Amino acid sequence: MDQRHSIGVAIVGSGGAGALTAGNLLLEAASAAGWQGLLTRTVGPQIRGGEAAALLRLAIHPVACMPDAYDLLIGIDWLNAHRFGAEITVGPQSLVISDPRGGDLPPPMASAGARVVEVPIKDTAKGIPDGRPNMVALGIAGRLLGLDPDDLAALIAARLKDKSEAAIAASCAGIEAGYAAAADIAFDRPKPPKPASTKRWLISGNEAAALGAIRGGVRFAAAYPITPATDILEWLAPNLAKMGGVLLQAEDELAAVNMIIGASFGGTPALTATSGPGLSLMIEALGLATAAEIPIVVIDVMRGGPSTGIPTKSEQADLNLAVYGLHGDAPHLVLAPQSVGDCLFTTQWATYLAETLQTPAIVLSDQFIGQARAAIERPADLAFIGQRLEARDIAGAYQRYAVAAGGISPMALPGTRGGQYTADGLTHTPRGTPTSSAADHHVQLDKRRDKLEGFAYGDHWATIEGSGELAVITWGSLVGPVREAIARAAQDGIDVRLVAPRLLSLVQPARFAAALAGAKRALVVEQSHGAQFHRYLRAHYDLPGAVKVLSRPGPLPIGPDKIHRAIVEWRQ
Amino acid sequence: MESLDTKPARKPAEYRSDVTQIWCPGCGDYHVLMSFTRAFAALGLPPEEIVVVSGIGCSSRIPAYTNCYGFHGVHGRSLALAAGLKVTRPELTVVVASGDGDGYSIGGNHFLHACRRNIDMTYVVMDNRVYGMTKGQPSPTTEPDFDTALSPGGTGLRPFHPLVIALASGANFVARAFSGAPNETADILVEAIRHPGFSFVEILSPCVTFRPDEKEWKNLVHPAPVAPTSDPAKAARRIMTDDGFNIGILYRGDREPYQPAIGPARIDVSELEKDFEL
Repeated sequence: MDQRHSIGVAIVGSGGAGALTAGNLLLEAASAAGWQGLLTRTVGPQIRGGEAAALLRLAIHPVACMPDAYDLLIGIDWLNAHRFGAEITVGPQSLVISDPRGGDLPPPMASAGARVVEVPIKDTAKGIPDGRPNMVALGIAGRLLGLDPDDLAALIAARLKDKSEAAIAASCAGIEAGYAAAADIAFDRPKPPKPASTKRWLISGNEAAALGAIRGGVRFAAAYPITPATDILEWLAPNLAKMGGVLLQAEDELAAVNMIIGASFGGTPALTATSGPGLSLMIEALGLATAAEIPIVVIDVMRGGPSTGIPTKSEQADLNLAVYGLHGDAPHLVLAPQSVGDCLFTTQWATYLAETLQTPAIVLSDQFIGQARAAIERPADLAFIGQRLEARDIAGAYQRYAVAAGGISPMALPGTRGGQYTADGLTHTPRGTPTSSAADHHVQLDKRRDKLEGFAYGDHWATIEGSGELAVITWGSLVGPVREAIARAAQDGIDVRLVAPRLLSLVQPARFAAALAGAKRALVVEQSHGAQFHRYLRAHYDLPGAVKVLSRPGPLPIGPDKIHRAIVEWRQ
Repeated sequence: MESLDTKPARKPAEYRSDVTQIWCPGCGDYHVLMSFTRAFAALGLPPEEIVVVSGIGCSSRIPAYTNCYGFHGVHGRSLALAAGLKVTRPELTVVVASGDGDGYSIGGNHFLHACRRNIDMTYVVMDNRVYGMTKGQPSPTTEPDFDTALSPGGTGLRPFHPLVIALASGANFVARAFSGAPNETADILVEAIRHPGFSFVEILSPCVTFRPDEKEWKNLVHPAPVAPTSDPAKAARRIMTDDGFNIGILYRGDREPYQPAIGPARIDVSELEKDFEL
């Protein structure tokens, strides 16, 4: 999608000023008016007293990434905005709405040559009983985007239905005042779309992942809160209950992962969600689930690392941990969603694969797609519902870990007569009895490898588009900006192919080679300081002779412009 | 709850597997296994409806020696694993087996929260006051002057009181047993399994290899001189002041066990989408 056919809006304020609320309402109103869009937020570590920005991009087409520069930047105040000045780019075409009493516009924004229009946002709000500046900012944005003020007022009434009438009236008055204040401000924007004819969803990646898990059959979750994964667990708590399932709050991540192993041992498909520090704690038990062949799903919504890192901001640097973190030879599944909507598909597919292959699956989402809220077309229904091979009506001696064709052996659930066995992290015989024999060890290592290697994963293993001799190889949330950069390159007459594995483990060498057939150059795009994805590709796949790497750590996003430039500059 | 009389008579041997037991000759854990199978037989439970969950250590080898379903998981996390199992399969009888290292040291935090959560399960800790499988290191219940290669001259640390911790954390049933008295221990286990909520049974189980002094325990244990109380403060005071060898049920609480409602879905999965529709 071309930058000219979309519109980027940033609303900035100090923590507690309500910038995120205004951004959420703006996206919801715009979606109702027919726009598709994406909303992300960038916040400091503090709940209050920090800084917050709502970043939106709206278009009449699906939106998969943020713009390189924002067309409209509204500052409720600029008190702490310098902390993310580098994350919000404005240019000479941009319009900046600034409150003269809101502090100074931070240097990178002030020197960008943008047109700055002063609006007394705070004073306008003060003129309204209980008026809030963020509602004035919302009104300004609504006016400049051409949204119907009555639609915004109706949305406010619906969203604040638990509040007093006075609060609703104050919010509506604030919006009205914002519309009035922006009446004479010229702003060039694409024509508003026609109202959507198809069903639209407004959903975050974390919500989509949670829904995907339930659709895939998950009925038990264990929860230990951690930013930025907590929203998954909070959405699951009431909704699992409606589905007859249960969420248990754990005392730590060690407990969380063992709780889901216990539930799954009993036959209930189970999930937990965490971020890097939590995944580190869960690694030992992931090895147990691998050895004992217990299906579980662990979602890691990646954030900046190592250690506590930047909890509120995105990075793709848990790849090594997820793929290689387990001790011993422990083949397991690692999958990565590629967009907000794809969080639903990938998590549902991960659940299906885990159940089918009786093995743990790690879903590597990240803060960007996890906490981005998207207005999208309703995702298609999927056939992937967990089907575990169970042992029923057991006659004769049951062998839980019998070496069967394909490596998948029927699992007896507690309560099944004659199926009694002890699931064990110790090396075991086909029956499950602990052993330290080299032969037994080898047989079970082969079994667990074979069941994963022999499975037909189908075309979902990767996104492969185009056939250019230059391939951009990327993964996860970077698929969106890469796809946009490739579309721009096509307008320049450069044909570029996209290869983005969704299934990171088990690797698929034959299919990867086929995806790269005819490619002479590869540009690897990823968001990690140590180029983890590039090293992963080097370890498992043959790459073309000429390879460049566009890799940088979070939290600065890698936008389509940067990728497009890398493509253009590498013309032969 | 059904009375014992209505259950079909079962024999302890039905609950024993043919897996070779690997413990030192004279280990107290042999007798604990015997108490397990006697208790299960007395309760008349079908073996396939019992799950024995454990962590790592000598005591944690017990699941494979039973003919029940078992889970021999990672070190220290058996209570968490059992919690996930029991809330999703409340009809099963869940017994967790652990030792003083597995349960009180690496698994200490889970012990507190399992007591607090009060899910209907029975937690058996075979306490021998030493890490046996790794050949004799001090555990949280080891005396301060116990001299080992890892702690020359002793740790100098005071052992803690697991039973008092259990009471303070909310366990619903607290008992102490001795492996050398397998019938009495089986009786206590029957009561513990029958009691709703989280039942904690500490079994003094000597390690004859690294703690030969514990062979003397058989001469030290004695029945608790008073009947169990339902007052946790009273129970805690008794345990804090007794000689550590009072055997019997020490506390019976009446807290409601934690069991969230589970069952068939109340809605179709498609209804969850309504949250997201514009």
